[in-house]
Amino acid sequence: MIPFGLAFGVETHQAGLAPWKAAALSSIVFTGSAQFAAVEVLSRGGAAISAVAAGLLLNLRSLAFGVVMAPSLEGPRWKRALWSHLMIDESTAVGSGQVEARWRRYGFVYTGLAIFATWNISTLVGAIALSSAGHVVTDWGLDATIPAAFLALLWPRLVDRRHVRVALAGALVALALVPVAPPGVPIVAGAVGIAAAWRRSSPPGAA
Amino acid sequence: MTFTITIIGLAAGTYLLKSAAPLLLGGRRLPGSIERLADLLPVALLAALVVVSTFTHGRSLAVDARAGGLAAAAFALVLRAPFVVVVLVAAAVTATIRMV
Repeated sequence: MIPFGLAFGVETHQAGLAPWKAAALSSIVFTGSAQFAAVEVLSRGGAAISAVAAGLLLNLRSLAFGVVMAPSLEGPRWKRALWSHLMIDESTAVGSGQVEARWRRYGFVYTGLAIFATWNISTLVGAIALSSAGHVVTDWGLDATIPAAFLALLWPRLVDRRHVRVALAGALVALALVPVAPPGVPIVAGAVGIAAAWRRSSPPGAA
Repeated sequence: MTFTITIIGLAAGTYLLKSAAPLLLGGRRLPGSIERLADLLPVALLAALVVVSTFTHGRSLAVDARAGGLAAAAFALVLRAPFVVVVLVAAAVTATIRMV
């Protein structure tokens, strides 16, 4: 989580965003991969709508986390509204690993709060430590940490050939669109790669 | 302005996704099609993000030192290296290629 937060801070810096904007994203949005994707789109000069679409499509799974945790999150409406902000991979993983409803809730809330703190601090450190670094970013190869971070997020999801096919299709569609589509659009359009999951007979990328 | 619209849209949309079940759905399940989408969309989008952030320069396709860094990252992932090692290896290999 800490290295990922630092990497996000680096990314916001490379995108030309002030540290306070990095901090605003990490605290208000608080969903790592969506922030990463949106800032990547912005850094290429993409439109806000593309950045938002990339982030939200990537994080449709927050909805699924909510379904897993909802039965254990009993309480007044305002509490459920606050807890919802903590609905991320880690809090859901810890919470859903407990048996009793009370412990599921504790696990979820405390993991969520701990991650919230570390995520925000590491984002700020990454953004501020590099905001005065200038050429250091390309000299050190720090710009290559962004694709590496995306690859590290993708890797554990390639659980079978169907998922690999979807990844290849998404990549090919995006690359094919880079020369012709406005910045940011190729990334969002990569979403149609999911068609490769259903059309077994067609080659990946035909979508 | 672009940033303001992005953060408002992203924050509102993300919160809607996060809170839909706890606030509205209760314990009801999602339709299977949504679960499949939630599983597959990140795969397609992350793959798109990987290649676009590696193989493009502005609006043209490019293969440069970053490709070497990505290959090194993939190798590190095959060896089950932790996240921090993966990104540092990618940065180190990219920087080395640039120096040569």
